[in-house]
Amino acid sequence: MKPNFEPLKDIPGTTIFTIELGQLGFELNQFCMTLRKAENRKEFLADQRAYVDKFNMTEEQKQAVLDRDFQKMLDLGGNVYFLSKIFASDGLSYVEAVSTMTDMNVEQYKQMMLDGGRNIEGWRSKKERGEA
Amino acid sequence: MARITAGVTASHVPAIGMAVDLHKQEEAYWAPMFKGFEFSKQWMRENTPDVAIIVYNDHASYFGMEIMPTFAIGNAASYGIVDEGYGKRPIPDVQGHPQLSTHIAASLITDDFDMTVLNVLEVDHGLTVPLSLMYGAPENWPSKVIPIAVNVVMYPQPSGERCFALGKAIRDAVESFPEDLSVQVWGTGGMSHQIQGARAGLINEPWDRKFMDDLVNDPENLQFKPHLEYMVEAGSEGVELIMWLVMRGALGPKVDEVYRFYHVPASNCAVGHLILTPQEA
Repeated sequence: MKPNFEPLKDIPGTTIFTIELGQLGFELNQFCMTLRKAENRKEFLADQRAYVDKFNMTEEQKQAVLDRDFQKMLDLGGNVYFLSKIFASDGLSYVEAVSTMTDMNVEQYKQMMLDGGRNIEGWRSKKERGEA
Repeated sequence: MARITAGVTASHVPAIGMAVDLHKQEEAYWAPMFKGFEFSKQWMRENTPDVAIIVYNDHASYFGMEIMPTFAIGNAASYGIVDEGYGKRPIPDVQGHPQLSTHIAASLITDDFDMTVLNVLEVDHGLTVPLSLMYGAPENWPSKVIPIAVNVVMYPQPSGERCFALGKAIRDAVESFPEDLSVQVWGTGGMSHQIQGARAGLINEPWDRKFMDDLVNDPENLQFKPHLEYMVEAGSEGVELIMWLVMRGALGPKVDEVYRFYHVPASNCAVGHLILTPQEA
């Protein structure tokens, strides 16, 4: 059956990690996997530029890592479970890191979760929101 | 003969594991959630299976992008705990049941499920957090475990129909194993959550509750729910819920609902939990 990736692109504020993005982000995600080892986390944090230069990532991917621009990393083929190794190295929780991709600060984001999470109304479709 | 005695579903939020490891269960944030599992821990003490088949997903912990199996089965005597970037969880290794997992793997492949066989595997929060929720923090896990790993991370994931059918095939495999064993099947992950992008933090409680109702009473229709609906309505990571269909397929047509719990939030997620028993057992 012919795969259909198009409807996934209509979900607002969401980057679905597809097999296509997996190809694009291969080197970025493999770099993340090295941070499962404590000695690599230490080496990465000691000289981040030197560490990312050891990998065959694009310059754009490397810069997104150095900037901790997680949305950019998603756009360039990163997957959040792989990227979690970066924010784990920084000592950040999922909530702390994930909130940086929203328009809220971490305290506002935590409060939203305590209040029951983000309401789906208005968040189902880019077309519905006039974004596409 | 081996038999399936119960099915369990539980979310596997990593922060829950940390809360257990750091003894935060009594803190105001966590107490209501852990309270919801008190019944379950007691029930598990009274109904401890010999083996728990735990359907979970790896979160870029053991599998990198080199290998992304759609369905895989652990076939080892024991499974180590993987370091996910925060250091290893201070919990015991998970003990396998190689005789039963060998039988199940062979049976599933014979039934046309093209399983990847994992003779070496380290497990992450996807498998260990449900163990902590159901068993607390024992010196050794009271059940042997057979991990079944499902790709829910990279689209396209296996379909709901395929997951449900895999569960049915697991039931056939268990019931044709000659040794007298009680076996539970656990489906992990979910419920609604999205941990990326501007829409992060999405929770859809009405959808989650309907999903639990349908999983119990109408799985034959629920299996056809498309991935897109999970992703739109339950968040990009809500698609993990297809793993609950594997559990449900393994329990047979009719079940009794022993227990249900739902709570928001744990970290970025809605926590859902069911204990079901097959009516024919």
